[in-house]
Amino acid sequence: MYSFNHQLPNSVAAASSALGSADDGKFLAGGMTLLPTMKQRLASPSDLIDLAGIGDLVGISDSGDGVVIKAMTTHAAVAGSSVVQAKIPALAALAGGIGDPAVRNRGTIGGSVANNDPAADYPAACLGLGATIVTNKREIGADDFFTGLFETALEEDEVITEVRFPAAQKAAYQKFENPASRYAIVGVFVAQTAGGARVAVTGASQDGVGRISEMEQALGGNWSADAVANIDVPADGLNTDIHASAAYRAHLVTTMAKRAIAAAG
Amino acid sequence: MPTVSMTVNGKSVSADVEPRTLLVQYLREHLSLTGTHVGCDTSQCGACVVHVDGVSVKSCTMLAAQADGAEVVTIEGLDDNGTLHPMQEAFRDNHGLQCGFCTPGMVMSALDLVKNNPSPSEQDVRDWLEGNICRCTGYHNIVKSIQAGAAAMRG
Repeated sequence: MYSFNHQLPNSVAAASSALGSADDGKFLAGGMTLLPTMKQRLASPSDLIDLAGIGDLVGISDSGDGVVIKAMTTHAAVAGSSVVQAKIPALAALAGGIGDPAVRNRGTIGGSVANNDPAADYPAACLGLGATIVTNKREIGADDFFTGLFETALEEDEVITEVRFPAAQKAAYQKFENPASRYAIVGVFVAQTAGGARVAVTGASQDGVGRISEMEQALGGNWSADAVANIDVPADGLNTDIHASAAYRAHLVTTMAKRAIAAAG
Repeated sequence: MPTVSMTVNGKSVSADVEPRTLLVQYLREHLSLTGTHVGCDTSQCGACVVHVDGVSVKSCTMLAAQADGAEVVTIEGLDDNGTLHPMQEAFRDNHGLQCGFCTPGMVMSALDLVKNNPSPSEQDVRDWLEGNICRCTGYHNIVKSIQAGAAAMRG
């Protein structure tokens, strides 16, 4: 790892301005992706602006029609939260399936969402539930937030402060996981929401997380695994790597969608 | 260089370290606590697991600076004046280690599991150990050891 300055601001405003005045600064949340990336010298920021010193970025609350999870809340805390388990059990289960226990004790929702790894779990939950990502500057709907591979609508000095998830009538996440990393080879989050059915897929596309409108329309009239069983997802634009070909991933999208719908009940 | 201070195995320690110093480097190279191992160095194998403020973390993927002010427990902090911790004793009794390289991380992960689940099933143990790799592939006896250690801790 190349050397850097470690800064520990005590407010979001101070963090944002520290990033603004650094040569090439990066926000540090749980560090579960950023630190390994730096160790491999794939990133070499001049400054790490550590968000762990900001007290009011941790916690989970019941918003009545959903849950609000502050950005520095760990995956383990979300998985173990009685509020999340009661309001959106699919979200608690998803958090409990990220990485491994030690990773879940450090990794945070804000870090995961800001990184937008194309195989990460949380982006599928945000998109599948129609979450709102709240920053120090604005509120961004999940549909506008995830803009591509490791790309989001965030500006350079913008800090995620919380993510608001509306509860769904039904929801479930099913992941076909890489047995070593636990990242999704394909993961599908389905939800029956006030605004209709939503189907979000992670791990499959070269553009990162996305929705499948054909499945959403099919589920609108008939919420059942059979409704999507004959929808063939095209392999064009899907990832091919040592773990799975594009054609295999395309097949998995339909399979995991069926499993998720069945699990949602 | 910035100063980091923390409690390691009940002892207050403090040192000036480069910001890029990993917690595992600090433990091994500054404090000579070499029981915590570096296996893969990519946060997959779990040989470096220690407890920070009561929960298991991979110390190869955490900066020493991030543990500033924290309470850290390593494998060296488990024994009671030379008497092995029941979980360590269970690994010995059940042949839970072969080469022993992964063992410190296995024991520290096991203790984090048992804290919340004092009577884990075989499946609970196997699920929990998804981030701990044994290159000797000796999982069968590791799982047995952890269940025996949990039973001994229940008394």
